[in-house]
Amino acid sequence: MNDFIPGRPAPEPPQSPRLSPSPLERRLAGLRGDAPQRSLDARALAALAANPGCGRRAVLDAAGVDKTDLATRLGNPAPFGQSPFAISRGLGFERRVKADGCTVLLDLLREQLRLPEDSAPVVFAELVDDPGLPAGRVASARVALAAAAARPGVWTVLDQPLLRLEVAGSTAHLEPDLVVVRPDGRWTVVEIKSFPILDGGADAVKVGAAARQAAVYVLALRETAAALAGVEPVRDPYREPEGLAGAPDSTALLVCPKDFGNQPTAAAVDVRKPMAVTRRQLDRLTRVEQLLDVLPTGTGFGRDRSDGQLAAAVGALQAVYSPDCLSACELGFHCRAEARCAGSVETLGRGVRGELGSFHTVEQALAAAAAAVTAPGGTHADTAGGTPSDTLADTPDDGDAESALRLARAAALRAEALQTAALQAAAPVGGAG
Amino acid sequence: MSLLSTLARMEAVRDGRAVPLATVRHRHLADRPMVLVPLAAAGEAGAPLAVMLGQDRESPVLLTVPQPLDRDRRFALLADLAAELLPWLEGFGTEVDLLTREVKDPATGEKTEQVRELCTNAPQLLVPGPAAVEFLGLLGRSTRFRRSAETALDEGVDPGPYPVPARVPLLGRWLTHLRDRAQVPGSSLLLAMTDLLGRHWATGQSRLEDQHLGALLAWIDPPAGRTGAEAALLAETARDGHGQLLCPPAGPTTDPRFDSGLLAPAITRYDAARKLDDAVAAQAREAEIAALLEAVLRPTWDRLWQGLDLLRALPAAAHLPERWEGDRWSYTSHRDRIAAGEPPQPVRDDAVTAARKLAQREREQTRLDIQEALDDPLAMAEHRLAGEALAGRVVAVEAAYDETGRSPKPRPLVTVRTSDRPHGDPGRELYRAGGPTAQKAELVSADPAAGLVTVRLLNGMGRRKEPEPGSVPEPGEQVCFTLFELTARQSAPLPEPEDTPWTHGGPPVTRTATAQPDLPTAPADEEGA
Amino acid sequence: MPPLSRPPGGASGTGPGTGPGADPGAEADRAVAAILDAALHGTERGTVVDSPPGAGKSTLVVRAARELVGAGERLMIVAQTNSQVDDLVDRLATADPGLTVGRLHGSDAAPAPEALRHPAVSASTKPADLLECSVVVSTAAKWQWVKDVDPWRHAIVDEAYQMRSDALLAVARLFERALFVGDPGQLDPFSIVGTDQWAGLSYDPSSSAVMTLLAHNPRIVPHRLPVSWRLPASAAPLVSAAFYPYAPFRSGTGPGDRGLTLAAPGDGSAADRVIDIAAESGWGLLELPARHTVRTDPEAVRAVATVVRRLLDRTGTAVSERGSAPLTADRIAVGTAHRDQAAAVRAALVALGVPVDGAAAVTVDTANRLQGREYDVTVVLHPLSGRPDATAFHLETGRLCVLASRHRHACIVVARAGIAELLDEHPSTEPVQLGVTVKFPDGWTANHAVLEHLSEHRVPG
Repeated sequence: MNDFIPGRPAPEPPQSPRLSPSPLERRLAGLRGDAPQRSLDARALAALAANPGCGRRAVLDAAGVDKTDLATRLGNPAPFGQSPFAISRGLGFERRVKADGCTVLLDLLREQLRLPEDSAPVVFAELVDDPGLPAGRVASARVALAAAAARPGVWTVLDQPLLRLEVAGSTAHLEPDLVVVRPDGRWTVVEIKSFPILDGGADAVKVGAAARQAAVYVLALRETAAALAGVEPVRDPYREPEGLAGAPDSTALLVCPKDFGNQPTAAAVDVRKPMAVTRRQLDRLTRVEQLLDVLPTGTGFGRDRSDGQLAAAVGALQAVYSPDCLSACELGFHCRAEARCAGSVETLGRGVRGELGSFHTVEQALAAAAAAVTAPGGTHADTAGGTPSDTLADTPDDGDAESALRLARAAALRAEALQTAALQAAAPVGGAG
Repeated sequence: MSLLSTLARMEAVRDGRAVPLATVRHRHLADRPMVLVPLAAAGEAGAPLAVMLGQDRESPVLLTVPQPLDRDRRFALLADLAAELLPWLEGFGTEVDLLTREVKDPATGEKTEQVRELCTNAPQLLVPGPAAVEFLGLLGRSTRFRRSAETALDEGVDPGPYPVPARVPLLGRWLTHLRDRAQVPGSSLLLAMTDLLGRHWATGQSRLEDQHLGALLAWIDPPAGRTGAEAALLAETARDGHGQLLCPPAGPTTDPRFDSGLLAPAITRYDAARKLDDAVAAQAREAEIAALLEAVLRPTWDRLWQGLDLLRALPAAAHLPERWEGDRWSYTSHRDRIAAGEPPQPVRDDAVTAARKLAQREREQTRLDIQEALDDPLAMAEHRLAGEALAGRVVAVEAAYDETGRSPKPRPLVTVRTSDRPHGDPGRELYRAGGPTAQKAELVSADPAAGLVTVRLLNGMGRRKEPEPGSVPEPGEQVCFTLFELTARQSAPLPEPEDTPWTHGGPPVTRTATAQPDLPTAPADEEGA
Repeated sequence: MPPLSRPPGGASGTGPGTGPGADPGAEADRAVAAILDAALHGTERGTVVDSPPGAGKSTLVVRAARELVGAGERLMIVAQTNSQVDDLVDRLATADPGLTVGRLHGSDAAPAPEALRHPAVSASTKPADLLECSVVVSTAAKWQWVKDVDPWRHAIVDEAYQMRSDALLAVARLFERALFVGDPGQLDPFSIVGTDQWAGLSYDPSSSAVMTLLAHNPRIVPHRLPVSWRLPASAAPLVSAAFYPYAPFRSGTGPGDRGLTLAAPGDGSAADRVIDIAAESGWGLLELPARHTVRTDPEAVRAVATVVRRLLDRTGTAVSERGSAPLTADRIAVGTAHRDQAAAVRAALVALGVPVDGAAAVTVDTANRLQGREYDVTVVLHPLSGRPDATAFHLETGRLCVLASRHRHACIVVARAGIAELLDEHPSTEPVQLGVTVKFPDGWTANHAVLEHLSEHRVPG
């Protein structure tokens, strides 16, 4: 079960199966230095969607830098962790779902995908499961899928197959909980999660994360299927590929405990939207090369670096901080400290900048508000000798002026309201309290 | 987030502490609220681990479960919770106001007087945050359909293998009601402290970070010598020598490192003692667990009371009694439903109930927005900035009349000096806020360059040609007009559930007390893995 | 009020097959005939018609009303806003002066003069006064209060995708059968409070009336109007592909059937160049330098106003299947996402001497208020222009769809550069509710599709 928890160690660190690394891979490996590689996995790929603009995260993930370790060395350790109770319950539930030859699971699959009753035999694909042999695992999964495709009318269950996805010149390894090849030839990704489906509904944030993760798996399966069919993968988000290339179903099965118990129940989740988003984000990962180009020579994140060198290296990567990062990225607290230090308005929330236009720091914005407020006649409407726009007439840029004008209006209204309230509180009678 | 609250947050950054976002307190606070901090067992859905509750800040009641997977102990906790909460909840049902109203008999058209009871007061429950509200809802969902051995006997049905203590299902119904009421904007039966504080203060951090009660309070009331940001960071991250947070999460989830470092080993020791049938040791281990849980609950408990102190220092908004009356009605009607022996609230609303609830919430949201604006100049400032209201001093009043009728009616023109820019064309209807009576006006002209807006008063000036004294503002007087109506409109009538039309699937399938088809077959919970 | 768009010709084709070369008029007529047959004689109590922009929805409503009344039925019509009701009353009375039409209205909403100018139209606040009328028209909000009347045999629900499920719940008791007509690609209904509690329920009160109806009546198969008579051949393929990926439509006119000519030559300014490109190709993008701005970006607002001013100064002529007509102010609209933007554009237009009030004025409004309207040329301030961040509001497909599909000839978009990057950097971490049908297209993909197309018609500003 790959519950989407930042900071949880990846199940394994598979090495790239290719013999010679690509130039980009070599550059990224250089950045990583002697630190162990964290493989680009489904979580990392799905996390691209959380903050796709962040170059810092893009480079560190692509280079396989362990961000948890990095955060600790930077003095802002990631606050993530998972309770042992939750872990043991999750593992127990996963065992339960896969018990009895997945009988319950296949029933849920039939029910949720509205498949007809069948008595088709169930085959469990033999997969290489040695974590030290990622290439063998990938190959055996591919062989198993090809064999299942050549064997219609049979259920084939692939338990934790390892899939490969080429991403901007580097390789990601993905491990879905289960892939089921149905008697009708379609492949369904099964995600097992430990949050409950209560009265048919579930935590929408968690379902969303599961859907994005499943989308990555479907994309990887589509690539595999296209390769098996000998065709190019379809890129149009609204067009389903035909034939074998279209075998991977864009509807995934989410299996969760039912209500307050431990019985498995399931829901079909349409992952076409997250597939479109992820595909585009993956295509954009090529920009990692451009991000690397601007790094000072000698930048690296290896263990041999001093804390100061590490901080400088991280600082050289442009981050796009938002408070959402605190719950999604190991470096969230570090980037927050940096953003607060710079006084950037993003620390107050993602939506804040939309209100402030061209102002990027708290100081700038407050100065603009104050400039107008303290200008003669700007404070109170009833004593105003001129409109606020007069007081800003000498501002050279009218884009800034418009932002400042709005801030000044807000500041004047706020000051007036607080003053009114203070006067009312001071009045002997008629107070609301 | 609005520009005004963004500005307030920036001021908080500058000042190093939170700044006011309201000039009055916008929620009713009971004299003696029930304060409650629940903790949930990690990984289990709706499984309680501990509850700290009470009305006296010095002596909270602590309820704990030594082994969250032990179903009997879980229900024992819920039974204890019911014993603490139900007498208090039910106690408000005895003292009532009698209200009479005239009702028309639909058949005969005859008017008769109807007397209704409205409970004089209602309970108020305070929890740390929205997650605790949801957790109480989960507890309500998991318990209200249960049968106790007694009720099963009364109904002549098999209680099943897991009967629950007698009063637990009733507690479930009350929790469900409180949580449902909490969805109604402006309601105050069940309140979350982070919501309350967040409504009244702007911190120098994001709304997301404000969800952390410790960090939020650190900004509002920072300890001497520290800025809000510093104190908040300590609240979020500072740990003791054993790696435990100095400010534990306000729940219901616990810190994973508390679970792994302290709780899990303690539970293992407890289980071991039980396995050995060593009652004395088991009791001692249980006391250890209770002490661990008390230690992580107590800081949150104290913070809730600290928050209450801060809120009580604010003057109450003028409309609070009116809105609290809505809460009293809500409490009274639930009391009546239970007294009438009605079944527990269903798992899902039927089409009509869902539509009614939505209509009520929309109406109450509108009413809340209006009342907050009328009660608080800072709330009105939001509307002024958005071009939905204008306020300023009257600079000129010109008598004018509507001569179209038999007798001329006063329609004076009032010119206001204001920098507000109402988003409306001439002729747009306006409503006077804070006037002596409800009064309509229309926008006549606006001159932003000169900072002048002229409006024409349309009513509320009496029946004579000359306006009643005091009904027309004088020059120099401060006035405020809104572009939005100052009363929430009534919601349109909806059919009875049994008249649900074909477009919505027809009448819902009737449920009987003994067979509830859409319920999970109780008991759904088994021992965890 | 913009004139009604009408399919040319009237002969109804009956032959099978609707290849790309088939006569669009015949194709549309077949669709309409099937709809009317289902509404009058179908086995289902409800008939649903999905209508893409400008596909003759209003024409269909008028025609269905006349046929139903002609068949001896009494009819009630539910629309969503007072202006839609007035517009419908006017159209009905214009199309059939003999038809008795009742305009039911609220005490605080007097009907528009256009609706009341017809002798056969009567208006009242009381339904009892209008029971003799063949057709009674009102808003959903007003119908909800109507009681103590016998149900009508037939109802037409107009703009049904903008009607909320709870409103239908309140009015469905008033009729036995109903024809629901609407555009699934426009803005969804919304609520001012959270409604997640009911997400996934077939009767979620905050969802659209059509969604609930279809969920509870699975045998109703929506009909589709296949041809847009408004959108020119330059616009229909893009709007269809970007906003209706699973329900494509085409334009009723061919590439050469519409033309926009300008008497005065351009002065070489960016505004004139983008006008020339749009006159030639149907689309234009005036792209201002990248910059983060507040919503009322003065430079962008000025650019919008300048384009409108130049459109009028250069004396345009719109040539179409209806003939040739001057491009007057009332045939131009400016669309924005927010009200304050509309206000700023209005002020900027007034400063340039362009009328924004009255009959001969340029319409300046938000997407919400432009729904259902039609103009020759539209000038759109892109909802994402200058924004440092995108929000669900700005990404809502319906908003962009409305703005990009109001025109008969050309659509000129004014935007800051950098929108593609903004979209790419937008976090896509939407929560997913179980049981809720995923709505396509999503705003992100649709925005990219439109941008990509616009970039081929770009003029730097």
